[in-house]
Amino acid sequence: MAGSEPYPRGNPRWLLAELTYACPLQCPYCSNPIDYAKHSNELSTDDWLRVFTEARAMGAVQLGLSGGEPLIRKDLPELIRHARGLGYYINLITSGYGLSEEKIVALKEAGLDHIQISIQAPEVSLNNYLAGTESFEEKKSVARLIKKHGYPMVLCVVIHRENIHLMQEILEMAEELGADYLELANTQYYGWAHLNRDQLLPNKEQFEQAEAIAQAYKEKVKGRMKIYYVVPDLYEDRPKACMNGWGTTFLTVAPDGMALPCHEARILPGLNCPNVKDMSIREIWEESDAFNRFRNFEWMQEPCKTCPEKTKDFGGCRCQAFLMTGDMNATDPVCSLSPKRSVVKDAIEHAATSAKEPNQKPLVFRNSKNSKLLDG
Amino acid sequence: MAIAPNTRLAFSPLHRLQWEESQNKYVILYPEGMVELNLPAAETLKLCDGTLTLKEIVLALETQFETSGLWDDIEELVHSALEHGWIRTLS
Repeated sequence: MAGSEPYPRGNPRWLLAELTYACPLQCPYCSNPIDYAKHSNELSTDDWLRVFTEARAMGAVQLGLSGGEPLIRKDLPELIRHARGLGYYINLITSGYGLSEEKIVALKEAGLDHIQISIQAPEVSLNNYLAGTESFEEKKSVARLIKKHGYPMVLCVVIHRENIHLMQEILEMAEELGADYLELANTQYYGWAHLNRDQLLPNKEQFEQAEAIAQAYKEKVKGRMKIYYVVPDLYEDRPKACMNGWGTTFLTVAPDGMALPCHEARILPGLNCPNVKDMSIREIWEESDAFNRFRNFEWMQEPCKTCPEKTKDFGGCRCQAFLMTGDMNATDPVCSLSPKRSVVKDAIEHAATSAKEPNQKPLVFRNSKNSKLLDG
Repeated sequence: MAIAPNTRLAFSPLHRLQWEESQNKYVILYPEGMVELNLPAAETLKLCDGTLTLKEIVLALETQFETSGLWDDIEELVHSALEHGWIRTLS
């Protein structure tokens, strides 16, 4: 019978190490928690080395070094050297801001495999406005240096209402910079992006136009540049299989050592995520309540509970269900079968109305001042 | 398109071929992704070291597996690996 397969079991394959929440940029769609400023107590070098060792022993092979801005950690070369010795494929996920040629060479020598940099927009004033920092020219020169030193490069551009009309220019910029991969990441509405959704969410026509341009370009650069297109899930009628299934593949460790089944899960009430300072990675993965919480189909409500597609999408994203319906056990409202589907329609209409207002609400930028303010 | 027998093949500098103990398999690693390889694919790609030609690779595999007539299968595999960008041709 369709839908009767057991919940998938497996060990972590992907470790996302968010090394710090500190960042020189202030992107208003940042996926870090809004109250990040109060989680500033960072893990020590030794803690991270132990986390890498324990996760690798369980079979993790892809390591993402992210943040905030991971370049801020002074021990980055040491962390990379240790991880490479263990056999990880190491992805540095950075803004590129502050990445000197000397550092690019040193990190390669330490064993770094790949660098992903983000650019906010294909032109200087919009890029610098969105980043909250004069960073456009530096980012472009860093992209060229990354290629000069033989790394594979992913260029990530987060797409939203401020830059979606520049899709053609974004594609041309990526090609010109020699990106091996271009990730066109339609904004996912969590963290700061959720806060700024009315100012960021494009309408359906804008999405369709941008996607058509990107699809056509794929053909043009075939064999030279791969284009990954992260779908805008609010315009889908089935939810994403979030994290490839809760507790099946992904392990995130936040700067303060909190271990998370996905990098947004800190917001879920009563989840009690464990900390790597208190438990081993094996105990966290196999025994913690948080990692076992949605690792089955028992928690589901209708229509998910009896849906044949539950083994495919696992009911969608728990964080999106919580943010949009207030209930983390609800069907992801992106699903057209969800009884709460109207919240998605409302969000889209609200953003469209907001876009037409002569005096638009300003974007709230991601910085410590706003984080402390919104925390209270 | 057929690949000339004297084409030298090299593994891509943008990918990594690695044995994974926990999966009991060879894998190809690349930015944020991984492909698991079956035995013939792994043994073929390991020989793409920039010194051997396609003809030499087929001969080496035929010797290793004590068989003959592998040309078509290996050529198809190499063709697909080239398309994926896992290996490249050296003139």
